[in-house]
Amino acid sequence: MSVPARALEIAHEPVDRESLARIWGQPPGLVGWLTSANHKSVSIRYMITAFGFFALGGVLAAIMRLQLAWPDMHVVGPDLYNQIFTMHGSTMMFLFAVPIMEAVGTYIVPLMIGTRNVAFPRMNNFGYWIFLIGGLMVWVAFVLNIGPDAGWFAYVPLAGPGYSPGKRVDIWAQLITFTEIAALVAAVEIIVTTFKLRCPGMALHRMPLFVWAMLVTAFMVIFAMPAIMVASTMLAMDRLVDTHFFNPAEGGDPLLWQHLFWFFGHPEVYIIFIPATGFVSTIVSTFARRPIFGYTAMVLSLVATGFLGFGLWVHHMFATGLPQLGASFFTAASMMIAIPSGIQVFCWLATLRSGRLVMRAPLLYCCGFIAIFVAGGLTGVMQASVPFDRQVHDTYFVVAHFHYVLIGGAVFPLLGAILYWLPKFSGRMPSERLGRWSFAVLFVGFNLTFFPMHLLGLGGMPRRVYTYLPETGWATGNLLASIGAAILAIGFVIFLVNVVRTLTRGAPAGDNPWGASTLEWATTSPPPPYNFAYIPTVDDHDALWSATDRPVVTGLRDDVREILVSDAIDATPDHRQHLDGGSIWPFLTAVGAGIGIITAIFTPWGVTIGAILCAITLTGWFWPRGEPSGEARTSA
Amino acid sequence: MIRRSLDVSDLPSIAFGAKAPLWWGVVGMMAIEGTALALVAASYLYLRGNFDQWPPAGTDPPALGAATAELIALLVSLWPMILVDRAARREQRGPVVIGLAVVTLFGLASLGLRSLQFAGALHCRWNTNAYGSLVWLLLGMHALYVITSTVENALILAVLVRGDVERKDYVDAHVNALFWYFTVATWLAVYVLVFLGARWL
Repeated sequence: MSVPARALEIAHEPVDRESLARIWGQPPGLVGWLTSANHKSVSIRYMITAFGFFALGGVLAAIMRLQLAWPDMHVVGPDLYNQIFTMHGSTMMFLFAVPIMEAVGTYIVPLMIGTRNVAFPRMNNFGYWIFLIGGLMVWVAFVLNIGPDAGWFAYVPLAGPGYSPGKRVDIWAQLITFTEIAALVAAVEIIVTTFKLRCPGMALHRMPLFVWAMLVTAFMVIFAMPAIMVASTMLAMDRLVDTHFFNPAEGGDPLLWQHLFWFFGHPEVYIIFIPATGFVSTIVSTFARRPIFGYTAMVLSLVATGFLGFGLWVHHMFATGLPQLGASFFTAASMMIAIPSGIQVFCWLATLRSGRLVMRAPLLYCCGFIAIFVAGGLTGVMQASVPFDRQVHDTYFVVAHFHYVLIGGAVFPLLGAILYWLPKFSGRMPSERLGRWSFAVLFVGFNLTFFPMHLLGLGGMPRRVYTYLPETGWATGNLLASIGAAILAIGFVIFLVNVVRTLTRGAPAGDNPWGASTLEWATTSPPPPYNFAYIPTVDDHDALWSATDRPVVTGLRDDVREILVSDAIDATPDHRQHLDGGSIWPFLTAVGAGIGIITAIFTPWGVTIGAILCAITLTGWFWPRGEPSGEARTSA
Repeated sequence: MIRRSLDVSDLPSIAFGAKAPLWWGVVGMMAIEGTALALVAASYLYLRGNFDQWPPAGTDPPALGAATAELIALLVSLWPMILVDRAARREQRGPVVIGLAVVTLFGLASLGLRSLQFAGALHCRWNTNAYGSLVWLLLGMHALYVITSTVENALILAVLVRGDVERKDYVDAHVNALFWYFTVATWLAVYVLVFLGARWL
């Protein structure tokens, strides 16, 4: 049902902002944390937790670089080294990269599309707690010397019952269960929020590119993550109850693991990279003072990347002796994905070239991203060639390549995005000087760390070795990389100092300090619990740069939690819906599921225990409690 | 302040089908579960290539009786669920309650028949060989759908029987029907793959 755009004066019906703040806010302190239904406070917690894991993963990287700085070093032994590189990869991929992108998404998307909250606020909180429990589980296990040690992709047969007795790999398999649940919850959250809660006028073709990026990412999560859940469940069962999915003696197949893993693992790279392109498009447009060049081409590139990302997984398996026709197909697909990425790069360059540039720290990070990502993309295209791939497979060349695309392609834009949105999160401005210094130090440190790894890989240094002999000739490259790592660490410390300084004594930011065009800047910094006193309407994807004086939405209740639901395509208002408030049950459900999943490491009864606990807590979650929903109850 | 406004106070407070956010949530869940099940089915076909004969020599194809009875029961249960779905859209409490009670019973019957399959009618165990592992995983995953769906049916039934019904409870009942359809449709697929595939592949 569409609404006639009635023009009327709203001077006589101001909303009660105090009432809105009360019903959309959360109780103070621990109770608020446990029960929160506010997307912003859940997201902030999510971001801080993910950055905490990032720091832990970084410490592991530093230990590895120390160990490899010189031949024949014995800072750590081979067994601990195996745990360290496995924990580094697993932490960075599962506990940092995916969660941080979804966390930024669940903070920014509802603001950017002009609504009050995410579509399922309790689910959002549940996802956070599941993520936290999973992360704590694996790190406690690591501290107790039962950290996973078979690599972040846990290839069988190494990870199978025959070669990895004990519980280390089971811990890894359950880490997957936890983080995949969290990722899938956030993905559904982002899709439904994006499709149903956009403010009037924000038809799909007027959606900001960051929202598009998160939407495509969320779809990729939905179709990629089930593969790793299936795979890790099979692995856990092979190890716990003697199934034979990956056991060739009984008709199973180790290559099935690789297919399932990389059917997830390759899209995973784009799940991390696509949100980053959303950051870059947003920041580039803001600081070039113009709408992004080629909006439609950008959207189509995002969608194309989303599809093509699923057609590449076998290029991780060129060394397994695949039929040549299959290998050729995946070579072609791997080269093809460079096309949409290339289109995006050229659109960013065109935007920068034709805009009125304001060089601020967030934009520097994006420029750094373009340089590093293009280099990483080129080595990616090189590896799409089977003969070359077989030469460098499992060497430091691959390590160099994926750090170029992941740190260059995701962490640099992310740091830029944090600086960019820090005024919105905190209401305070970051230091421009520290922002530039951190960028410069990180850029130098990054390239010094990872560029030599290309040469080390071409020189034959395999990845995942805990040390090497002086005769190999790898000492210089490794020493440079280790010095680079120290510089990189200094860069991160400067960045952290900048964030802390901003939070404690940054200058007040105001609503829209960068003069940006998207709706998150149309409210106060930080935003009130209800985001907008009046839901805005838009007529352009750069809403705030549009000259027309747009009407705002009135008629949503300010005494109960009510949101405006709109049409999925053209965002015409459809109905008003009551949204659930805070509750302890999502937390209890996460704890119940956590108990079940962790028990399942030791006995299959964990599944039953978890199911019963979840059935009880979910009943509590959904049982009506007679809260006022603003809707007259029908007679029983 | 004088600004033009778009007054939405006359809009309805509930909606059914693709208009409702919850509908999209359930579709998302079905996409996730459907992808997972499809990947296990793909694994079943992938491992088929490792054997000369299917099921592997020494393993009989699974018995059809209990599984076929379950298929019939689930297909028949579509009828009361469609009635629930329609009555929920019209916000009629009586038919929704009766229909949900009937479908809940069908759910329990389905689980009973599934137990018979696990109890021996599959002619293999999960640790017999890779074939057995996949058959058990396929049926086990689907059993979780039946359990989840039946618990949901019972829960919504309890909320409606308890009285004090809100209009949005009907949206829940309507959207919940979608997951039941999914449960039935996926059993049809699993049945064809596991029970007929063992004879045809």
